[in-house]
Amino acid sequence: MTTRSVRAQVEEALLPPLVALLIALLAGDVLILAFGQQPGEVWLTLLRGTWGNAYGFGQVLYKATTLIFTGLAVSLGVRAGLFNIGAEGQLAAGGFAAAFIALHFPAATPAIVIILAAMVAAALAGGAVGYVPGMLKARFGAHEVITTIMLNFIVLGLLNYVVVNRVHVHETLHTPEVPKAALTRFADLISAFHGSAANAAIIIALVAALWVGWYLFRTRAGYDLRAVGLQPDAAEYGGVKVGVVWTKALVISGALAGLGGINFVLGYKHYYEEGFASGAGFLGIAVALVGRSHPVGVVLAAFFFATLSQGGLAINALVPKQMIDVLQGVVILAVAASVPEVRRALQSGRAAIAARSGDA
Amino acid sequence: MIGFLLQTLRIAVPYLFAAAGGVVAERAGVISLTLEGFMLSGAFGAAIGAFYSGSPWVGVLCGAFGGFIFGLVHAVASIRFRADQVVSGIAINLLVAGLTRFFLKLAFDSSSNSPRVPGFGSASAGASMAAAVFTNPLVWMGLLVIPVLTWVVYRTPFGLRVRAVGEHPQAAETLGVRVSRIRYVAVALSGVLASLGGVYLALDQHQFSDNMTAGRGFIAIAAVIFGRWDPARAGIACLLFAAAETLQIQLQGAQTIPSQFIQMIPYVLTIVALAGLVRRSVPPASLGKAD
Amino acid sequence: MAPENSAILMTGVQKRFGAVQANRGADLSVLPGEVHALVGENGAGKSTLMRILAGLYAPDAGTVSVNGKPVTGWSTADAIAAGVGMVHQHFMLVPPLTIAENVVLGREPRRGLAIDMARAVLEVKGVAEQFGFAIDPRRCVADLSVGEAQRVEILKTLFRGARILILDEPTAVLSPPEIQDLWRVLRRLRDGGGTIVLITHKLDEVMEVTDRITVMRHGATVARMATKDTTPAEIARAMVGRDVVLPGGAPIPPSRTTAGAGLTVRDLVVKGPRRDREVDGVSFVVGTGEILGIAGVEGNGQTELIEAIAGLRPVTSGTVSLGGFDITRLSVQERGAAGLAHIPEDRHRRGLILDYSIADNLILGDQARYTTGATLDRAKITGQAAEKIKRFDIRPPDGSLPARTLSGGNQQKIVIAREMAGNFSVLLASQPTRGVDVGAIEFIHAELRAARDAGKAVLLVSAELTEILALSDRVAVMYGGRIVKVLPRAEASIDAIGPLMTGAGAGAPAEPAA
Repeated sequence: MTTRSVRAQVEEALLPPLVALLIALLAGDVLILAFGQQPGEVWLTLLRGTWGNAYGFGQVLYKATTLIFTGLAVSLGVRAGLFNIGAEGQLAAGGFAAAFIALHFPAATPAIVIILAAMVAAALAGGAVGYVPGMLKARFGAHEVITTIMLNFIVLGLLNYVVVNRVHVHETLHTPEVPKAALTRFADLISAFHGSAANAAIIIALVAALWVGWYLFRTRAGYDLRAVGLQPDAAEYGGVKVGVVWTKALVISGALAGLGGINFVLGYKHYYEEGFASGAGFLGIAVALVGRSHPVGVVLAAFFFATLSQGGLAINALVPKQMIDVLQGVVILAVAASVPEVRRALQSGRAAIAARSGDA
Repeated sequence: MIGFLLQTLRIAVPYLFAAAGGVVAERAGVISLTLEGFMLSGAFGAAIGAFYSGSPWVGVLCGAFGGFIFGLVHAVASIRFRADQVVSGIAINLLVAGLTRFFLKLAFDSSSNSPRVPGFGSASAGASMAAAVFTNPLVWMGLLVIPVLTWVVYRTPFGLRVRAVGEHPQAAETLGVRVSRIRYVAVALSGVLASLGGVYLALDQHQFSDNMTAGRGFIAIAAVIFGRWDPARAGIACLLFAAAETLQIQLQGAQTIPSQFIQMIPYVLTIVALAGLVRRSVPPASLGKAD
Repeated sequence: MAPENSAILMTGVQKRFGAVQANRGADLSVLPGEVHALVGENGAGKSTLMRILAGLYAPDAGTVSVNGKPVTGWSTADAIAAGVGMVHQHFMLVPPLTIAENVVLGREPRRGLAIDMARAVLEVKGVAEQFGFAIDPRRCVADLSVGEAQRVEILKTLFRGARILILDEPTAVLSPPEIQDLWRVLRRLRDGGGTIVLITHKLDEVMEVTDRITVMRHGATVARMATKDTTPAEIARAMVGRDVVLPGGAPIPPSRTTAGAGLTVRDLVVKGPRRDREVDGVSFVVGTGEILGIAGVEGNGQTELIEAIAGLRPVTSGTVSLGGFDITRLSVQERGAAGLAHIPEDRHRRGLILDYSIADNLILGDQARYTTGATLDRAKITGQAAEKIKRFDIRPPDGSLPARTLSGGNQQKIVIAREMAGNFSVLLASQPTRGVDVGAIEFIHAELRAARDAGKAVLLVSAELTEILALSDRVAVMYGGRIVKVLPRAEASIDAIGPLMTGAGAGAPAEPAA
């Protein structure tokens, strides 16, 4: 009975992404054929250009890193019953804070100190942005979907104001460079990665995933957080302060997204640049959805979307890379549509089994 | 002053259409974070239709058809498949952005914009702004959409059913009102209305360019919430937001208030309204609930 | 009762929802012009059967005919057109709309493309007057009292020309005078040739207004009888499938002397969803080793009272103390630590986290005790679960199963086990046996009595007068947010309590008696 219920949970978690993958493949085939190309060849090129060589794989690693952070951010919110659509703004705020803090250290400071301070600043900035909708929800019941969306625009506007008027390098929209606060690039260790942006931030991302798993499923705070997400009234009855958990969840969620900013700022360009997030915050929603808000799923889904994104560049000679944007939308829509469907199908299947064995 | 009003009107038209679409869908209980995507599909459809036919009116039809199709996609996902409506909305926005980019490349071999297409109004350099505004039938439609929608929502059987379905779908169902059908119609209508906002943009600028809606769908959502889901109040919010933008454009170079802060006004007001700091915005009771 | 004469004929109806078989071969035959009772315990499948008749669900198997015509699987629109109307247990009204808008919804009188609202108001007023309702159709439904709202529900069906009216537990939310009004309306309808099906599990109602009775148990029809030829005991036997002790015959527990105050509530005022003073100055004491039962029609402030004592609802004024220790401002968790246990009225909303395992549910509210550092102590959680599952006979006995997969009775046993296994001095038991099977009811009652005998103070709230009388040492009657009287068990009888539940004597709130 126990193994049966575990299997059912696994099925319920895995089926929707698989269905979505199939639908995306079909949709991709249609687009490829519309462009007069052979689907098989295009898919093969996509795989070769990503997992087939060290550079491509390095780029996948780099892109997956940010997505792991934003995917974890969205997932943690979902587990608390909150939809954080503000990862985009939190990511940008975190990136800016990391660059800004790094800029203000005296030149003689050891790199490790600057890096740690920049990481803390990134998490704090993201957390601060997450605090606002959390507090608004806890105190006034303002729906976090709308407030996080609106806050994205506000945060990006503020950052734009600060960068344009205060700290940009002339004729650019980025801050001055701080090469000292650099995370190790893999290309410096293994020459095959040459040219790719993969860096040590991926390790921090994987540690963050482990931490989220531990926090959600092993700690008392995680027990309370998931209880709030499943049944806030029952959690309240169980002595959990629901408003506090909401606020805490969005702060942690924001901090995770903010920490994602180090991948670009400390790992790649060494400065903050307007628009560096470029949708990674929104794609975090897709990652969390496909990864079923579980850290393991999030890591896998981040690699999937990073592969798509990098693969777009690989196939661009055959089919416009814009096809990937379409496929992302298709995958998200298909997962969203199949989650309730799969749950219903599995439940009625189980009910039928139960009815036959006569213990319904 | 006249210039200010005309400019405000020009900016407000896409908001009015999109906010009208948002009101219809949300009053029926379906979350419409999709407005951005609907608008973009309208803009692209308009450019394609106008380009290949040479007639802006064919552009209007094609744009509206685009909005209708994606309205149906959102309706099928959230009603038939009971998908999370927020997620479906985000997916549709991404999907439309991707599809327009892909087909922009396919049709015009460009990743930024379409060639020049026929539009409304004499966009020739000599024509006054007044002429450009008042010869554009979409401006007139945009001005009419809110009063017409108010009448539909509060005076017609369809409107009564939409309101009932959005507040208490089971109650409507027990009286033989087909809840799904009302919602399908409302969301498809939402797609058509919002897409007209995009149609206006493309035909006003005589081209489609990538992501040309640039967040206007979200301003429209802000207007819906700030207007407490009432068509007239949402319409006023649209005009207010457009006036703020006009002010920002006219103040440019004057170095008084940074433009970024004026651009934030709609978003800040929405948060204030949702938090109930002025007067609480309370959404329709069944908003976002599949059944 | 030849089938062709039946107003309603349902045979062999089956309906399943997921894992729940709501109807398994249910039959119903109702003659034109009668008031027919459909009785059975909670979960017997009465509402499902009637929703099938009203076109809300299609049956999986079986046939339905109305006035001799086969109508199996018809829609709500078809049912309405054929004159079948249903008044649901939970009101199906749209609060922000007016009465007229609620009534005409779906068949709006038109003028051109618009609704002819003037005519709608007139027509609604006309139908209302015809049946003796005084109602202003322009009023907003959100502002109506419960009794008025129910009249609007009936009006909705009459406006559509209903000749067959189904009422699902219509008296659950009404006060006795409102109930009498309802009976008058129903008799008037029947005398005008209408057919009425009354879903209920209250036998006094069945005896008072119905002509014939169909009894359901576990989704199937188990008995049919004429009201005048039967007795409440006979109906009850059919409902539960064996002899039961009826209220009147419930054994009176001996009055006891208590050692001291367990729970003291003084001048408590609590704001509710409808009124600012949903609990309107309530004072009472529950002694140690005593069960104080609160009787009253649901919706008279009981829910808010319990939630306020439990710390789930802010208190406007007044105090709550446990054994002399003021807990009015404490958090839920601090109250638990102070010795308060709480069986909440709705286990699916509050009492359980349905997707958590049985073991995890068994520590809800007591998480701190199972935490070392930041992490939960899994071994300890599993250990306590095994123990409680055994002691409270929770089935299936596997702590890793999600609570969702258990039957209602076993789910309630999780709640009981969690709340009653630990150290507590005061127990709030709100609707402790709602929706559970007879076996579990006996088990739960025994546990409550055992707690009392062990010197705990128990505050019991139940909509079932039977339950109140079977368990309580004293009975407090609540009406309109006040305690109108506290009776020792020996003086508490249905005859004594009934009038009090209507508000008779509400002018003089009872003195807080120890």
